[in-house]
Amino acid sequence: MKRRLSREREDSPSSCEGPTDSCKRVRQPTEDSGDLPPDWARLPQEILLHIFQFLPLLDRAFASQVCRGWNEAFHMPELWRCFEFELNQPASSYLKATHPDLIKQIIKRHSNHLQYVSFKVDSSTESAEAACDILSQLVNCSLKTLGLISTARPSFMELPKSHFISALTVVFVNSKSLSSLKIDDTPVDDPSLKVLVANNSDTLKLLKMSSCPHVSPAGILCVADQCHGLRELALNYHLLSDELLLALSSEKHVHLEHLRIDVVSENPGQQFHTIKKSSWDAMVRHSPKFNLVMYFFLYEDEFGPFFRDEIPVTHLYFGRSVSKEVLGRVGMNCPRLVELVVCANGLRPLDEELIRIAERCQHLSAIGLGECEVSCSAFVEFVKMCGRRLSQLSIMEEVLIPDHKYSLDEIHWEVSKHLGRVWFPDMMPTW
Amino acid sequence: MVVNSVHWFRKGLRLHDNPALQEALNGAETVRCVYILDPWFAGSANVGVNRWRFLLESLEDLDTSLRKLNSRLFVVRGQPTDVFPRLFKEWNVTRLTFEYDSEPYGKERDAAIIKMAQEYGVETAVRNTHTLYNPDRIIEMNNHSPPLTFKRFQAIVNRLELPRKPLPTISQEQMARCQTKISENHDERYGVPSLEELGFKTHGDSSHVWKGGETEALERLNKHLDRKAWVANFERPRITAQSLFASPTGLSPYLRFGCLSCRVFYYNLWELYMKLRRSSSPPLSLFGQLLWREFFYTAGTNNPNFDHMEGNPICVQIPWDHNPEALAKWAEGRTGFPWIDAIMTQLRQEGWIHHLARHAVACFLTRGDLWISWESGMKVFEELLLDADWSVNAGSWMWLSCSAFFQQFFHCYCPVGFGRRTDPSGDYIRRYIPKLKDYPNRYIFEPWNAPESVQKAANCIVGVDYPKPMINHAENSRLNIERMKQVYQQLSHYRGLSE
Repeated sequence: MKRRLSREREDSPSSCEGPTDSCKRVRQPTEDSGDLPPDWARLPQEILLHIFQFLPLLDRAFASQVCRGWNEAFHMPELWRCFEFELNQPASSYLKATHPDLIKQIIKRHSNHLQYVSFKVDSSTESAEAACDILSQLVNCSLKTLGLISTARPSFMELPKSHFISALTVVFVNSKSLSSLKIDDTPVDDPSLKVLVANNSDTLKLLKMSSCPHVSPAGILCVADQCHGLRELALNYHLLSDELLLALSSEKHVHLEHLRIDVVSENPGQQFHTIKKSSWDAMVRHSPKFNLVMYFFLYEDEFGPFFRDEIPVTHLYFGRSVSKEVLGRVGMNCPRLVELVVCANGLRPLDEELIRIAERCQHLSAIGLGECEVSCSAFVEFVKMCGRRLSQLSIMEEVLIPDHKYSLDEIHWEVSKHLGRVWFPDMMPTW
Repeated sequence: MVVNSVHWFRKGLRLHDNPALQEALNGAETVRCVYILDPWFAGSANVGVNRWRFLLESLEDLDTSLRKLNSRLFVVRGQPTDVFPRLFKEWNVTRLTFEYDSEPYGKERDAAIIKMAQEYGVETAVRNTHTLYNPDRIIEMNNHSPPLTFKRFQAIVNRLELPRKPLPTISQEQMARCQTKISENHDERYGVPSLEELGFKTHGDSSHVWKGGETEALERLNKHLDRKAWVANFERPRITAQSLFASPTGLSPYLRFGCLSCRVFYYNLWELYMKLRRSSSPPLSLFGQLLWREFFYTAGTNNPNFDHMEGNPICVQIPWDHNPEALAKWAEGRTGFPWIDAIMTQLRQEGWIHHLARHAVACFLTRGDLWISWESGMKVFEELLLDADWSVNAGSWMWLSCSAFFQQFFHCYCPVGFGRRTDPSGDYIRRYIPKLKDYPNRYIFEPWNAPESVQKAANCIVGVDYPKPMINHAENSRLNIERMKQVYQQLSHYRGLSE
């Protein structure tokens, strides 16, 4: 039996007109009945929607050119809840950008459908401006999530601050139900945070604002005081204060799940303030399961204020060199530690420090060691003590120093034995 | 039937362990050894003067060795597809031999030549000696796909039989049976060109560090083995400041051009180990350098896009920045970070840098600091680095930029700290950046932090006599870690640091 596809493709990309009649014509069942021809034009909208949701945007757009019915489906609000605007200039990026015509169409027809929006921006100022431009037009939007993501150099910081702020506040004022906001590396400031809080304090759950130099501790404190549903927060150390931690631990506040702190040195010899142990204790009492993630990018001699008292850090990352002494303090004062990464240490073996960490950090399950030194025996001892809780063990091969007990070839057997799986150190090509 | 052979040198620039050449000699009446020099190649931006010099010296060395056997090297200008038909006719060629080239471009070129040879009634004989093993064999044993972790690769190699033993060098007797007709004007027509003829201005500087050729390669091999015997310890050597300087026993460029057979190196190491250790068999780690090379050849052999990010199935798509100005500063050693600049200066002047130095500059360019594509770095290395061939260069850059091979990206090399830890004396910096030689050790890796008085005393003001640092390392490494995480957390196979 001959089945004729009832579709007719339009050659031009303009919106289709008219083929519904031809669709109707072909829809007649053929002489040999009992088998109805597939009638794509009559597929219920809900099914179409379901299928379209699987298609990448470009394929969906092609499908929308087939007939009016499919074109209508393409524009159903449900398909426009999530969108990621990719804004790249050929001069500064290898990646393709979202087509300007598509952007226009979205703003015209779908801005009030958008709920989960992100902007991926390359290192050129034009891309950041384009993002602001779009933001300023999202007046009918009620966004739930907004992410401003720089894929290379932070170009939002190159914009005039007022320009950026006014675009952002359009969203803050109009959305009123923002739940998740990612604005790292942007020139957001205290007044705009006030606007955010004034409109979204009931709904805000996640706020990531690492490296926002125009925000002050008071500004972020205002957020913590008003947004009692805040569960995830990322910021730089200079914004952290005892008051902030206490605000986050107040009775009205939900349990905090995730707190990420970046400690970055602007100039060598920078002084950092301390946080009282009592503030951390309050946090742990209020939110016993929260993750405290700390990234350190400091010179070795800037660690003075840190790790003097017990601190509930769970994920600790040292992006530059950290001294043996500080690692010793980490062992003493970080009982909740789950993950530890040390990019570099130096040429004195970290044997004792590692053993102490194995002893006292009973939750440690992931460790990464870069330019450090550990004797093979101490390393085996460390692994033995941690045992199978170590799900991630990423050690550069150069770290392990063979000694009288173990050579490099033997060590991987020993370690594999104690871990209960095959393990090898990380290697780098020697060429 | 009269056999007139032509052996085509491409890599494999040696007379020892050269079964393809032996095959050319086998029962032949005449043999001509040919090297085809694409004239456009000299003008191509991507081969620097050091690489040219090394190649020409290697060709001179071959010519000298062939002279001792009453033969000569024939350097022919042109492209193989044009040159061969002419030579086939002129010399009545009946047999063409060459060493197998496993790289995708090489395979394509050779397939065309073999087909053409058939049309001319020329039999071809190809032998695999540039790598220890045939890459296809390794791929077959790994379920028909190349191993993408070094450990997996080693596991496969462990199951293979040992590499075929190397053949001895071509002997007088072998050559005596074959004639090579040398014309009076051989030097004019087929002589090895000089650098000047290729368009380089050399300023008469003949003191360069790496001398090309088989003779030099074999001498170095002996010294290399002597040194190992003296050390009597086959553990991975600890890097010292001295390791950064060009070693008189370094072998990597000679392996790349094939001046030294990798199997000769392999078996020499083997025998030395057995002699000193008297144990049953050497560990794979003894052959580290050779196996890494083998690993990348295998990974690249069936992947014509191995040297790109786009369209390369094994390469993570990372949104690198496009920044020609920053790239130029890195390539020309003007970053303002003495450690990076010294390394890039050594690379440009001499054509070789230690592998840890490579890690440092590759990390700085890509995932560590500048966030520029590894392809750009690869091209600079291709131009300047003597031992950079297609597979190893592309593969290493992907590895070092965490673009492939399941690398952990947390490990970032600090352009100040790493240098200081590797060379506390600062002598390496002083040697390659003489402007900084009067800086005290405390500041030589970060001269911008030196007080004005120190800068004045050293007669080198940062921002005037030496560039200011082009970026803030702490800030950039923080940003870049975030970028890498953004990319990796979307990959299903990511098993790494969670936060």
